[in-house]
Amino acid sequence: MDERPLTGPGETTAVVGHRASAATRIEPRIYGLMAEFETPDQLLRAARAAREAGYRTMDAFSPFPIEGLHEEVGFHRTRLPAIVLIAGTVGALTGFGLQYWVSKISYPLNIGGRPLNSWPSFIPVTFEMTILFAALSAVIGMIVLNGLPMPYHPVFGAPRFAQASQDRFFLAIEAEDPKFDREETKAFLESLNPSAVSEVDL
Amino acid sequence: MATVEQPKSNAAKATEYEHPAPVLRGEHDYGSVTDKISGIVLTRHTPRSWFLAFGVGFLLLMMFLTAVTYLLFVGTGIWGINVPVAWGFAIINFVWWIGIGHAGTLISAILLLMRQEWRTSINRFAEAMTLFAVACAGLFPVLHMGRPWLAYWMLPYPNTMNLWPQFRSPLIWDVFAVSTYGTVSFMFWFVGLIPDFATMRDKAQHPALRMFYGLLAMGWRGSAVHWHRYETAYLLLAGLATPLVVSVHTVVSFDFAVSVIPGWHTTVFPPYFVAGAIYSGFAMVLTLVIPIRAIYGLEDIITVRHLRNMAKVMLATGLIVAYGYLMEIFMSWYGANSYEQFVTRNRMLGPYAPVFWSLILCNILVPQLLWSRRVRDNVAVLFVIAVVVNIGMWLERYVIVVTSLHRDYLPSSWGMYGGTIWDYMTFAGTIGLFLSLLYLFIRVLPMISIFEVRHLISTHKKPAE
Repeated sequence: MDERPLTGPGETTAVVGHRASAATRIEPRIYGLMAEFETPDQLLRAARAAREAGYRTMDAFSPFPIEGLHEEVGFHRTRLPAIVLIAGTVGALTGFGLQYWVSKISYPLNIGGRPLNSWPSFIPVTFEMTILFAALSAVIGMIVLNGLPMPYHPVFGAPRFAQASQDRFFLAIEAEDPKFDREETKAFLESLNPSAVSEVDL
Repeated sequence: MATVEQPKSNAAKATEYEHPAPVLRGEHDYGSVTDKISGIVLTRHTPRSWFLAFGVGFLLLMMFLTAVTYLLFVGTGIWGINVPVAWGFAIINFVWWIGIGHAGTLISAILLLMRQEWRTSINRFAEAMTLFAVACAGLFPVLHMGRPWLAYWMLPYPNTMNLWPQFRSPLIWDVFAVSTYGTVSFMFWFVGLIPDFATMRDKAQHPALRMFYGLLAMGWRGSAVHWHRYETAYLLLAGLATPLVVSVHTVVSFDFAVSVIPGWHTTVFPPYFVAGAIYSGFAMVLTLVIPIRAIYGLEDIITVRHLRNMAKVMLATGLIVAYGYLMEIFMSWYGANSYEQFVTRNRMLGPYAPVFWSLILCNILVPQLLWSRRVRDNVAVLFVIAVVVNIGMWLERYVIVVTSLHRDYLPSSWGMYGGTIWDYMTFAGTIGLFLSLLYLFIRVLPMISIFEVRHLISTHKKPAE
């Protein structure tokens, strides 16, 4: 599986393009429906149920990481480890390459005929550059792949969503989802025993 | 706040633990720990002791600025350094500070990889300590250069002089190691803070505060997909920081070990420097955490178990350090090099003998008390031992730097060394910088990782009602 496209303001265009075929249903447009839960287990079960009911475009929000939840909302693997591996390799090559070029090509110093490419003494800097590049790519990669910084997102408008960073657990099924239907999806979410279900404006 | 009207569902409560000394005490749920930790910053009155500690730190910081201003005017001649002891306080303090930083990375990275859940309540604090300790450490070699405004010459950049740094020198390795360490420590700390910034944003009442924390949170919304990438990144960072922290103090020890000075030129330096760094770092965490948990009433979250475990780590690393001292002495005898033997004798019986024996007392003898469970559980005694170890580790670097240099191969160049008032002012001044930064951190940022404590509660709660 690949990275999911970022959801955000950009999706409005998709909805507009979609309008030609199903114009009657998207009036007025909303972001989706949001159900609130009290425990991580409830959220996990709800996400699984939504997946089994055929929903695909959804996301879950929680105040701490919940194991396996990303699988339930349809996200399987991130490219991050591969990016970090590549960046680390580039760092190692950069670190060693710089020292080799400086010592052998740009400014060779003949000290008693010792080898110019004295590689053992180049290892510490090569190592540090490997770590530096890999760590930078891990952090920047995580932020960029997550689409951050994103100061505004429709889910922030959901009632009580401030609790998502504290003690409540939310499941959002987006209007983008092919199976999404305001009434049916709402009834479905209410069947999952949430403490509240609300519409989220775009 | 909406936690009070929690229905009969008891699932989020975390009261039952198997372990005799829990990592979390009392009745806590997701909401109550959030309120408690964020409340220290957002709602509670700043305790008077905060102003006292910050005030002391700030005064010392002003003294530091005075000492540095004078240094920039006059030069390093105001310090006690001279031939033969040209390293002195600057390098002693550098190694001392950088060593203290190592506990933070150990707690946040190595204990994470080992799935030690007790790290959760102290990792944020320890990471902040690392960051500020590295900041203090970095100042010393720069000030020691004599022309600190040319510090950037240490970096490889194309310049009109057509010169490059000497990549075969451990001092340049140090530049790379310490700057990488500072950068990675900062990122580790910042990444750990992002979800908590979001919590602070959502809890803050004042719009300006919401804006402040909101900008730092970058729009974090706790999405399951984001959490997955977040955890992947965090784990990768931990994996990268673990060898990094070992490499940093190894490279610092190379500053000594790669030279040919008797007493420095030894292969035992890297491992025992790393152990000593962790030793002093844990001592510093204890020194700071014991008063702070009392002031802010955090005994529920930073429990006796944490203090006890840190005491055990201190005891273990202290024993490794003791082994290092022993091996140094053994090798100088076994190596049959008369200069090495002289250095060892001079350390034990020479003019600096009182410093050496104080070091043995502080670093080896006193910490043996930690074998006793009663001592480990006695917070006041533990605090005193931690302070003693901090002093001992400073003395250790003093002995290493000074006794090796002051009498080397040529008796005609022997000399004595002692710090001047400016040396002491600069050293005390960096303690001021450290305290100022630390207390500002406690005042404006959550000092315990809120989301990780929530996670801890969720893994500890009873398996459904």
